[in-house]
Amino acid sequence: MTRRQLLAMLALVSAPLAGCGVTRGDDSGPPRLRMMIPNRPGGGYDLTGRAAVATMEDTELTKRFEVFNVTGASGTVAMARLMNEKGAEDLLMTMGLGVVGALYTNKTKYKLTDATPIARLIEESEGVAVPADSPYTSIDDLIADWKKDPGGLTVGGGSSPGGPDHLFPMELARAVGIKATEVNYTPYDGGGDLLAALLGSKLDMATSGLGEFTEQIKEGKIKVLAVSGEKKITGVDAPTLQEAGIDLVFINWRGVLAPPGVSAETATTFITLLTEMHATPEWKEVLRQKDWTDAFMTGEEFGSFLKDQDNRVATTLKELGLV
Amino acid sequence: MDALNGLMDGFATALTPMNLLYACIGVILGTAVGVLPGIGPAMTVALLLPITYNVEPASAFIMFAGIYYGGMYGGSTTSILLNTPGESSSVITALEGNKMAKAGRAAQALATAAIGSFVAGSIGTALLVAFAPSIANLAVKLGAPSYFAIMLLALVAVTAVLGASKLRGFIALFLGLAIGLVGIDGLTGQNRLTLGIPLLSDGIDIVVIAVAIFAIGEALWVAAHLRRRPVEVIPVGRPWMGKEDWKRSWMPWLRGTAYGFPFGALPAGGAELPTFLSYVTERKLAKKPEEFGHGAIEGVAGPEAANNASAAGTLVPMLSLGLPTNATAAVMLAAMTGYGIQPGPALFEEHGDLVWALIASLFIGNLLLLVLNLPLAPLWAKLLRTPRPYLYAGILFFASLGAYAVNLQWFDLALLLFFGLLGLLMRRFGLPTLPLIIGVILGPRLEIQLRQALQLGEGQWSTLFSEPVAVIVYVVIVLLFAAPYLTRLVRRTPQEA
Repeated sequence: MTRRQLLAMLALVSAPLAGCGVTRGDDSGPPRLRMMIPNRPGGGYDLTGRAAVATMEDTELTKRFEVFNVTGASGTVAMARLMNEKGAEDLLMTMGLGVVGALYTNKTKYKLTDATPIARLIEESEGVAVPADSPYTSIDDLIADWKKDPGGLTVGGGSSPGGPDHLFPMELARAVGIKATEVNYTPYDGGGDLLAALLGSKLDMATSGLGEFTEQIKEGKIKVLAVSGEKKITGVDAPTLQEAGIDLVFINWRGVLAPPGVSAETATTFITLLTEMHATPEWKEVLRQKDWTDAFMTGEEFGSFLKDQDNRVATTLKELGLV
Repeated sequence: MDALNGLMDGFATALTPMNLLYACIGVILGTAVGVLPGIGPAMTVALLLPITYNVEPASAFIMFAGIYYGGMYGGSTTSILLNTPGESSSVITALEGNKMAKAGRAAQALATAAIGSFVAGSIGTALLVAFAPSIANLAVKLGAPSYFAIMLLALVAVTAVLGASKLRGFIALFLGLAIGLVGIDGLTGQNRLTLGIPLLSDGIDIVVIAVAIFAIGEALWVAAHLRRRPVEVIPVGRPWMGKEDWKRSWMPWLRGTAYGFPFGALPAGGAELPTFLSYVTERKLAKKPEEFGHGAIEGVAGPEAANNASAAGTLVPMLSLGLPTNATAAVMLAAMTGYGIQPGPALFEEHGDLVWALIASLFIGNLLLLVLNLPLAPLWAKLLRTPRPYLYAGILFFASLGAYAVNLQWFDLALLLFFGLLGLLMRRFGLPTLPLIIGVILGPRLEIQLRQALQLGEGQWSTLFSEPVAVIVYVVIVLLFAAPYLTRLVRRTPQEA
């Protein structure tokens, strides 16, 4: 009796476990690629990485892929793993701007530029949002007040120091002549808490990706004063910073890296693979569904983009004394 | 009576055989992941997100809701039987629940948890139907000062459970608060107590600590005394709840619901706070307070109702504002947007059929869970008759599996052993374990809310009193402190006169 119950319990327990190492496709064919995700299931990198893998598998560009999550320290732990698997010819990692900052704030010895750049996939503009009852109606009003009393204006964002929502207001402050150290930035635990603070008018302004706020913007519960990318966002009635006369373009991006020291052929194979994936109608459909902006860029070009990003992040964090 | 019609249509959708099947899969899966420490409903729903490409929206949400409610049910089972909480919201259940199990009343503990969850889930869902939009708009008005005050209240109330020795209680509480500090400071990005180990910079997962202190600590303690003490045979109790159990359970169920639902609806409320408050309340109100610490059924009934009611509460801001208040809601929201459905006030109008089907399926899921769990209670309880060496070997296996499942890192196993040893030492020196766990859960949140309040208030301490809710809560805290003295004063006066 007891043994049967134990067995039943084990069966019950192993059901969710079986779902954990999610792998898809059939078991045949030796070269099986691995995609490492630097945060938890359901997070931004997870959604991007899994969508890219699903597209490659569904269109049969590759056979089977193993997707696994390595969490810890905003991606630093995953990055360490990538570096430690130097020369591994079967490993890819989804990452983005947040990981760049985390490498600095966690004071790791690993350098982003050591990894092999494969491709940048998507980008997202950041937005400057204010509560519906905010006195500010344009980015100019806001900046004018901000300059008068930099510490008096509360800024909230969904990322911890080093993350995109934190880096953006710092760069914005510098672009309009405010010292980054004077910015009164409060981190919120993800988009949900930030949204609550905005809806409850607890903040003067919020800097965040706008994807999570689409409905609230449409209903006028949140006002967007400016967006940080090169182009306006469809459905959001706000100018870009450049249109508003501020010389700053800031984008949050996500892409794919391979470990350092992989052979040139492997790098080329990966680049070709992602280029082919990018060309499929299935990927276009994913982009449309998730409202992601295509920002495809590969190899050398992506490499120099990474170098540039790395420098920008380092400069900002140095100014703040975080490096 | 649009709502009633909507609900009836919802039942019609949710009761089709296919959707009923999805609800069944959901609650079974949810119970399973709730039972296993480490894997929570959030992760399960996230891993199942890909199925949303192939399944009707209504079916997917019916399944997700089943997983969510099921997880809240399942967490209590291992808490009670094995002293191994599956989720942080069922930590409190382990306190009295496991004591009950050891006294041969496991079946009653499981039953009161299951029925309490059912009652709370049903009332919570009904409240969701009735008040969704109005509560949600009030909930976002609460800011950091109010949350800080509420958490301070919880911390003050917790001093009531410090145990016989206040000194030992405070030692344990401060140990917990110190453990809660580990990790990157969210405000400044500085590492605190991480010893240069990147894996520590996200802090230590509460499930790992709770499982280590409760289960591993106890297993080691038992192992250390196995040879010297006679084998305690766990008595075989009656399989069902008696009249007395019902009488003692129904009020805690209702009070637990009253705590859980609003906290679930609050953006920074969560499921843990109401379980603490419910536990403390029941302890204060109990007719036999001396039973607390030795298996009081009220201490299971209240907190279990509270954590299920909070699950219903969570759906309020999610459906009416598109505001996720916990990880599971966030993932469900992602699934919704994946279907091109935007939650928010317009949701009830634009996708009314879906929302009502979801709500109807919550009622159905609740019923399924009761039907699933109640007959199982006496069966689970028999598990405890396994000879002790095997039972504790099983607990160790289970605890390790759970700790590993949190992040799939061996490092968590090392932490598990480390804190298990701490748990053993605490038992050796008579330190109570609960204050430590509460310190770990509340400490970091208290800190975040305090610093957020101060930062938004430009460093003025007066900002802490800037919200009416905060002021009311401080008055309650003062009254709590003053109450024992006041009652003494009142009692003495007539004698002196």
